[in-house]
Amino acid sequence: MAKDETQGFRLIGTRPDRPDGLDKVTGRARYGADISAPGMLHAAVVRSPHAHARIVKIDASKALALPGVKAVITRADLPTGLTGEDWNLQENTLAGEKALYDGHAVAAVAATTKLIAQDAAKLVEVTYEVLPHVTDVDAAMAAGAPVIRAGTADHSVPEGMHPNVVKYIDFGHGDVEAGFAAADLVRAQSYKTEATHQGYIEPHACMAQMGSDDRGEMWVCTQGHWYIRRMSAAVLGVDASKLRVTPSEIGGGFGGKTTIFMEPLALALSKKAGGRPVKLVMSRSEVLRATGPTASASMDVKLGMKKDGTLTAAKVMFRMQGGPYIGSSPVGEALSCALACYDVPNVMHEGYEVLANRPKAAAYRAPGSPMAAFAVESLLDEMCRELGLDPLKVRLKNAAREGTKSSYGPTYNRIGLVESLEATMAHKNLLAPLGPNQGRGVASGFWFNHGGETSVSLAIGEDGTVTVSVGTPDIGGSRASIALMTGECLGIPYEKVRVNVVETGALGVNEPTHGSRATFASGLAAVEAARQAMAEMCRRAAAEWDIDPEAVEWRDGAAHPAGPNAGKFPPMSIAEIGAKMGGSGGPISGHHEVTAGGFGASFGVHVVDVEVDPETGRTTVLRYLVVQDAGRAIHPAYVEGQYQGGAAQGIGWALNEEYVYGADGRLQNTVFLDYRIPVASDLPMIDTVIVEVPNPGHPYGVRGVGETGITPPLPALANAIHAATGARLRSLPMSPPKVLAAIKAKAGG
Amino acid sequence: MSRIHVTTTVNGDAVEFLADPRDSLLDCLRDQLNLTGSKEGCGTGDCGACSVTVDGTLVCSCLVLGVEAEGKRIETVEGMAKGNDLHPLQRKFIEHAALQCGFCTPGILVAAKALLAENPDPSESEIRFWLAGNLCRCTGYDKIIHAVQDAAAEMRGA
Ligand code: FES
Ligand code: FES
Repeated sequence: MAKDETQGFRLIGTRPDRPDGLDKVTGRARYGADISAPGMLHAAVVRSPHAHARIVKIDASKALALPGVKAVITRADLPTGLTGEDWNLQENTLAGEKALYDGHAVAAVAATTKLIAQDAAKLVEVTYEVLPHVTDVDAAMAAGAPVIRAGTADHSVPEGMHPNVVKYIDFGHGDVEAGFAAADLVRAQSYKTEATHQGYIEPHACMAQMGSDDRGEMWVCTQGHWYIRRMSAAVLGVDASKLRVTPSEIGGGFGGKTTIFMEPLALALSKKAGGRPVKLVMSRSEVLRATGPTASASMDVKLGMKKDGTLTAAKVMFRMQGGPYIGSSPVGEALSCALACYDVPNVMHEGYEVLANRPKAAAYRAPGSPMAAFAVESLLDEMCRELGLDPLKVRLKNAAREGTKSSYGPTYNRIGLVESLEATMAHKNLLAPLGPNQGRGVASGFWFNHGGETSVSLAIGEDGTVTVSVGTPDIGGSRASIALMTGECLGIPYEKVRVNVVETGALGVNEPTHGSRATFASGLAAVEAARQAMAEMCRRAAAEWDIDPEAVEWRDGAAHPAGPNAGKFPPMSIAEIGAKMGGSGGPISGHHEVTAGGFGASFGVHVVDVEVDPETGRTTVLRYLVVQDAGRAIHPAYVEGQYQGGAAQGIGWALNEEYVYGADGRLQNTVFLDYRIPVASDLPMIDTVIVEVPNPGHPYGVRGVGETGITPPLPALANAIHAATGARLRSLPMSPPKVLAAIKAKAGG
Repeated sequence: MSRIHVTTTVNGDAVEFLADPRDSLLDCLRDQLNLTGSKEGCGTGDCGACSVTVDGTLVCSCLVLGVEAEGKRIETVEGMAKGNDLHPLQRKFIEHAALQCGFCTPGILVAAKALLAENPDPSESEIRFWLAGNLCRCTGYDKIIHAVQDAAAEMRGA
């Protein structure tokens, strides 16, 4: 069975059409809101217009009196006694004593039509006692800030902090003070980033049905249907196995669809309405007001550097709010990512998680890493300029490599930051001439990647074709890449493998498609399952040839006698084995389940050229380059797509996107017109270079590729804007008014 | 509120449905006619996922009332392929990996088809500005632009 799996691939690295392409270009693909069922009701949610308010009374009598209304639910319909994150999820699904942010759900209605449900929602009378609120992270920590929920803080928080400070983290190694003393230049700065939203174009949507026996079914757009099942079951107090959750095609997630926001409401409404199916689809403004944006951050960074660019010490202090519940902000990840690109002997990280009257934050692509990179990579750039050093050479000089003890603890195995920096330095974009008001910025970025709980099954068909069942919803082409790996392993054509994303009843528990794990972990499990099936097929051939199974080898999609001593038998193809399997021992399948370790860290380097209009402060991206280590690009077109999509989101975060809260604590920009994500005319082509430093922890060398790309754009753009204008922006987004003010302040000062 | 009877043509087929005066054309296509290819990303005319043509004019169907469809010719993504023959744009989108989640794809295909009907040889920047009303959060637009350029070239016979 010896096969060189590091080179000479037949399928890996090719770019076949994706299996779901035809359905998606013809409009046939079915997303969350695209299915209906007989007798189906429609739901609408009543949401708090206040950032912080005690719920005094909810009167649904007028709503219930409206013809066509079948059920209204409030928190009183949900079980009590939940604790920890389950309580947080229940509280976020439907407010209890207090509404904690603008848009917080307080009741839900099911009716025979969408319009009646919406009308009925307006008839639910909620009496609020409005309380003082706070939405800014620094303000929420300050003395006198309104207390969001006393007693939330865990034991880590030092005495004397405001009760909104709920978690403190610190870790590091070396002696930072000695490190700063040994530096030629020590600089410290503070940075702020606003919350942004994942901005998937498909709003959350589900259709659910649950009977009085608590058995339920759900169709839902999600990155992880086992998470939906477990969380919904916990919120409703039912057994997880009573729920069967089927994922729809998913219209983007970026981390935001790894948790529940409203799914238990559909189940509870269905049960209350006699088990009729209920469809619940969010509007865009509900998505923006009430589903997971990322955290907002306030950060201090201090770096020490020698004249030659060597980093001697680094210290970071991050404060992040992720809404009104503990554990929603990615402060721990942000700290761990902050200095992960570099080999710094002395590092110290500290962070606080803070509660605020904002929606419960969810994961967003490389959670925490973009903010951290904005702070660290901006200061690094400033110091390179001050010392007259090339920012790429300084990054290369300090780059983490195999054997480096990472800033967050573990020692790296084979990683590709050095190769990525070298590929960047050799790229033609660095030679492009720059004109007046133009500037170039560079930055590096990091993400851990992830393995996680994974269960995959594979079955050989009667005609020798192969079906793979995976539990990771396909957001960006993972069915294609898993089919390529399976076909590669079995020696059969790509077209002979069908990969299905299956429901919760069909496999063991799978974590969501998150952390850049689907192609890595489901791919790894599919390859292991294929190897099992392959071994069984060799046994079937051996039995028929009456030789030892050890004397059979698998290659080119067929069993072969392993050598001249094994006997002279013509190869037995997978199709022949499949056709005969009923009589040769029964169905042939493979199955693998694992909590996948061995994921390989991901590094990338971005270079951006901008032009800043000195009259308006508007930044135009002229040229953009993404260089990133993929480990191995299984389907390079979809790897490039991840790089380009990540860069576009990062550009949006850097230049435009932000949550804007009014003095009343209400979100001001609740539609795409005001929460403006990059459009086609905002961007240039995005150049990509795929570096391949194979991950030793995967049979084909795969690292995840999805996350890292959103990280470098934030600092790269800040660095480019500085290069173009001389003005240093330390707060995101770098919108035209802010850039203009910074240019003017510089001219004035 | 009483519903209004609407007779119209969708993708060449005569259809009729009952519309609440508040229903958008998008609601009617999706909920009454089961044409769920057109998507709702915003309902406010900002994302283009609901793009269709009405008498040849590109519109956001979430901003058109269902009752306005009376007597019109509506074309949606479901009408782009002729049987199993995909429109060149559809083929090129698959070939160029111009979709990831695919949720924006129906609207972008309809909008791009309308562009090429008006301008068979658009420049990169003309494509970018024409599609500026169609949000895609996944791709960074790069491969979408390439796919449109390639489809345009094929349709010109270039
Ligand atoms: S749904 Fe019509 S423009 Fe977004
Ligand atoms: S492919 Fe996902 S929004 Fe465009």
